[in-house]
Amino acid sequence: MAGEIPILQIGDCLLVSIQVDMHDRLAMALQDDLTVRIVESRARGVMIDISALEIVDSFIGRMLNNIAGMSRVLDAVTVVVGMRPAVAITLVELGLTLTGVRTALNVDKGLAMIRRLIDSEGDESARRA
Amino acid sequence: MRQSVHTIIPNLIEQHYQRLLNGWLACQKRDGMIGGQISEDQLAEQARRFLAEVRQGVAGGHFDDISGPEWDSTRSLLDTVATERAVQGFSPSETAIFVFSLKEPLFELLREELKDVETLARETWAASLLIDKLGMHTIEVFQKGREEVIRRQQEELLELSTPVIQLWDSILALPLIGTLDSARTQTVMESLLERIVSSGAEVAIIDITGVPTVDTLVAQHLIKTVSAARLMGADCIISGIRPQIAQTIVHLGLELDVVSKATMADAFALALRRVGKAVLNRAQPKPNGE
Repeated sequence: MAGEIPILQIGDCLLVSIQVDMHDRLAMALQDDLTVRIVESRARGVMIDISALEIVDSFIGRMLNNIAGMSRVLDAVTVVVGMRPAVAITLVELGLTLTGVRTALNVDKGLAMIRRLIDSEGDESARRA
Repeated sequence: MRQSVHTIIPNLIEQHYQRLLNGWLACQKRDGMIGGQISEDQLAEQARRFLAEVRQGVAGGHFDDISGPEWDSTRSLLDTVATERAVQGFSPSETAIFVFSLKEPLFELLREELKDVETLARETWAASLLIDKLGMHTIEVFQKGREEVIRRQQEELLELSTPVIQLWDSILALPLIGTLDSARTQTVMESLLERIVSSGAEVAIIDITGVPTVDTLVAQHLIKTVSAARLMGADCIISGIRPQIAQTIVHLGLELDVVSKATMADAFALALRRVGKAVLNRAQPKPNGE
């Protein structure tokens, strides 16, 4: 299952840092690896760092949406971090606003956001119980 | 169509250089070119250099085409003069007169030197052709200079009208003044996103108090900016929605899909709450002194 993109674990969070050009096979491998890791590690949050990407096209946009969807089904929140201004403008011009994906400025803020989301979820389920 | 013309103009300029120069300067002075935006010394210097360049140029013998290499230095001098005048705010005719006023002393000289009507007509035609070409070139360069000035001013206006202000640690404000067109939106978006990165802001308040009207296009541009900021991980709040604008937005059926507040103050209060800060009244000083 050793893919080309490493998946790091920080507590109950998984960090994926995409630093190479994505293509179909790599994206499929990443989705495979990530879903397996979420289940194995019982992770509650997934952070995808795209700060190294200078070009993001509709394909990567769709992949990010897919990963967010898969994580949601496995009860993990997804946060995309580190998008560059030029990339954000391009995505908006393409009409890809990634509405299903949460975003944060950097890894630090992303981690804080995941903590907050997990905590508030815990509160809700506690109240329900 | 380049053809060498045999004329006495090069000789004439050579022999009566000083007289021609003085005559030309007198003409410009009479036309009110001196004492305004340009000093007499400056003008005399420009005229002296120009005539010297023309003397070299006419030696090549091409009067109907000033794009050749022998006219290179004349053209570059004219470029300098025309560009300078464009920046200094001269009118086109004030610029053109620099070249065209050379006609009078030159024609006068020709009239004195040549007694044969046939030759005089030919020589005058050649001189006229040359000066017209030089004048056209000056005007063209002048026009380009003016356009350059306008373009730069537009850019400056664009820069000036899109400041991004840091209100608090991670709160930015973007007061928009004037209509939002595509070019403005692009600049606004770029400067906002750059500031989000450099300041690590989490909330951006877009204030549209200064936007005169909101139509579907402006709304679309606002939505684009909000979406781009969201992709960078910053939430946007739109503030400064005037009553008429609120009505227009509803009448047009626009869906801004973003938190909006009537005033910047409300938006700032919300932003503070979002980043976990609060504004408190200071404790009253105790009656028994500080």
